[in-house]
Amino acid sequence: MTGSVGAPAERREGREKVSGTARYAAEYHVPGRAQAWPVPAAVARGRVTGVDTAAALTVPGVLAVLTHENAPRLREPDDATLAVLQDPRVPHRGWFVALVVAETLEAARAGAAAVRVAYDAEGHDVALTASHPGLYVPEEANAGAPGLREQGDPDGAFDSAAARVDVVYRVPPLHNHPMEPHASTARWEDGRLTVHTSSQGTNAVRAALAGLFGLPEERIVVTAEHVGGGFGSKGTPRPDVVLAAMAARQTGRPVTVSLPRRYLPAVVGHRAPTLHRLRLGADEDGHLSSLTHEVGTHTSRIKEFVEHAAVPARVMYAAPHRRTVHRVAALDVPSPSWMRAPGEAPGMYALESAMDELATELDMDPIELRVRNEPDVEPDSGLPFSSRHLVECLREGARRFGWAGRDPRPGTRREGPLLRGTGVAAATYPVMVGPSTAAARALPDGTYLVRVNATDIGTGARTVLAQVGADALGVPLERVRIEIGSSELPSAPLAGGSSGTASWGWAVHEACARLARRLAEHTGPLPEQGVEARADTTGTADAESERARHAFGAHFAEVAVDTVSGEVRVGRLLGVYAAGRVLNARTGRSQFVGGMTMGLGMALTEGSTMDAAFGDFTESDLASYHVPVHADVGEIEAHWLDEDDPWLNPMGSKGIGEIGIVGTAAAIGNAVHHATGVRFRELPLTPDRVLTGMLGARA
Amino acid sequence: MDTRSVRQYGPPGKVPDDMGNDQHHSETTLRVNGKPHTLTVDHRRVLLDLLREDLGLTGAKKGCDHGQCGACTVLVDGRRLNSCLLFAVALDGCDVTTVEGLAGDGEEPHPLQRAFLERDAFQCGYCTPGQICSAVGVLAEAAAGHPSHVTDPGAPSGQPVPLDRDEIRERLSGNLCRCGAYPRIAEAVEDVIP
Ligand code: FES
Ligand code: FES
Repeated sequence: MTGSVGAPAERREGREKVSGTARYAAEYHVPGRAQAWPVPAAVARGRVTGVDTAAALTVPGVLAVLTHENAPRLREPDDATLAVLQDPRVPHRGWFVALVVAETLEAARAGAAAVRVAYDAEGHDVALTASHPGLYVPEEANAGAPGLREQGDPDGAFDSAAARVDVVYRVPPLHNHPMEPHASTARWEDGRLTVHTSSQGTNAVRAALAGLFGLPEERIVVTAEHVGGGFGSKGTPRPDVVLAAMAARQTGRPVTVSLPRRYLPAVVGHRAPTLHRLRLGADEDGHLSSLTHEVGTHTSRIKEFVEHAAVPARVMYAAPHRRTVHRVAALDVPSPSWMRAPGEAPGMYALESAMDELATELDMDPIELRVRNEPDVEPDSGLPFSSRHLVECLREGARRFGWAGRDPRPGTRREGPLLRGTGVAAATYPVMVGPSTAAARALPDGTYLVRVNATDIGTGARTVLAQVGADALGVPLERVRIEIGSSELPSAPLAGGSSGTASWGWAVHEACARLARRLAEHTGPLPEQGVEARADTTGTADAESERARHAFGAHFAEVAVDTVSGEVRVGRLLGVYAAGRVLNARTGRSQFVGGMTMGLGMALTEGSTMDAAFGDFTESDLASYHVPVHADVGEIEAHWLDEDDPWLNPMGSKGIGEIGIVGTAAAIGNAVHHATGVRFRELPLTPDRVLTGMLGARA
Repeated sequence: MDTRSVRQYGPPGKVPDDMGNDQHHSETTLRVNGKPHTLTVDHRRVLLDLLREDLGLTGAKKGCDHGQCGACTVLVDGRRLNSCLLFAVALDGCDVTTVEGLAGDGEEPHPLQRAFLERDAFQCGYCTPGQICSAVGVLAEAAAGHPSHVTDPGAPSGQPVPLDRDEIRERLSGNLCRCGAYPRIAEAVEDVIP
């Protein structure tokens, strides 16, 4: 071991990023490249009865207009959102009904504005309610989680409990909005397809394109050298890459499709709204006897995606009687998909807010309440935990935050127009890991080349994988070069589910360890092409574990609520995590802080509205959908415990990309209650809502 | 400079003059990172697309194309502006600095670029060129005494404004970072305050 892992190594691609030379998917200046602009459907449900492209085709510079009538035929995809321009059906507003290809962006845009689409519109239903007649219990929610789990008699136990909380919470639709819009550049040459795309994993993109276009994978190359964020919305291919490949085929030109920001919410997936009902029953000492978490959500007509928000309640607290259930209604809405910590983020917002309500009900410190309900084994499965240091996170966080001596009475800390408060919430995120391959080569010049089709969406994958490789080889970090981001490299899973580093790192570790052994046996100089070792973790990385494996964390927030304007300011956020071994202190901290920042947005500023009359998201751009800005973000601290867990992977790491968002919104909401004495149960906590709530409480 | 792509489609029937000018295109000269460029520009073309598509300077990013994210921030005659909101043809004679030009000709990065690296003030890097250009603009504005929303109204007019955390946060709030690198960005800017 040379001790590269854990060190705060600087990002390998950092220079390119700060100097502007890092290239993203829309920035490949292939000779003859054309630009394309999509046309979104203007009805929420119906059929396209005609597309008049005549005017568009006279726009100077327009090369072609693709519609369902003339676009290349695709084979049926597994993911129906990729079957673009294949039939006249409109499953939701914003679905693409045409694509204009032109010499320039301006011409493509003007062409798109000139396309006339006629529809046969049908009545639509986009409004999710807790009593929607279309709600059903799915067999599985996202991530393969069972739709329903029940143990004991949760209703009976709740009815006879000494302390009870029965509350509803609501999380609105949320949008990922990575700063780089979804974009792809595609070109065909001699029956081979080359694509540069903004994706979290190019092996999946290549497989999807191979299926759609009926090509062997060997004839397709997909690269994602730099990706301007994804947060789940680039986890699998999105329509941009299919449209680019179709347009390039149709026109014989390289084509870039870069989706306009306002079109993203309808076509790249969103976090579905979730309606939560929580029933917590406990004895006088705070021991939970009954825990019920019911979640209502929506999906689209073409894809069943169920935000698995009741799942964290299966992991968090001991309670003998329990029910966790999802109900979903298929509506005429855009297809929801992954957004950072799907399931856990909204689920833990509701659960951890309800736990705070129970603590208030019991007149008990909220940390103490959680400690009392710490389970010995994973409550739902009965499996022992591989490691669980939630209590330690809460205690360490309390110490760092200065929780001791906190006056629990709400609404009492007034300074001029401000009311101050503090709040706490727990966080959890599962350990996921998938099989990967990797290759490591020793070269005669004394350097090593590690190759793996990892994708760096901002996590610092290049850097951390080089660290893992250097340690397994027992060489200094500078001697290890790394290649990622192309389907030409040894295949690897996506950057998603906080599983990337564990999955890729496992294969890199194995390949490098194998290479080190081979080199130890090698005598004499290395051959010119070097010596290579490969690894494939299929069967090991994906083997069923005998342990329940999750990361845990504790979030603390300090807020000031302006009683005149209703504005909530978060002066301080503090997170403490137990996530196995953190492999790079510098980039790891950035991930935790980034997640907490998105959680702050979820708490205070982010929210989308499904317009019942028109069937689209009202907040579709960055002027209306408010992601946090510099001025919203005060001090944010992220700390972690050294956690030694032998049940994970050779590096001993758990994923860290998502847990930062998980408890943040609840901690802030709980702090707002502590500040104001008013319990808000719907996000985001915008000034209008907070002011109205405070006035209502006073009245 | 290759201007073919913009010359070939004036409106049908309209013959461009020698310069390629017609009612939809005009010759425009800009200095970009110190180098003059004369192009025949589609009147609809914004500076951001001119930089990215015509000059191949893709450091300025397109996050929204609507002045809502700051990813496209560049310096025009020393002032930070959203290049997606500027018609290129209206900038004839202007001096534009992009992230690619901040370091000058030297190998050494600009102090802000270095500070961003040292502080890990980015993740995906897509907002980063805009943040850096914006921060360069902020330093100049504060030095020139421009107040912000959080500047003490009693501060002496025209005097340099000291940049504390709140000032930095306020002044950089037009530059969104979805990766949430804000605390590190503020620290990086603090590092280079003279
Ligand atoms: S691209 Fe110009 S402000 Fe967003
Ligand atoms: S670094 Fe990714 S958006 Fe700022």
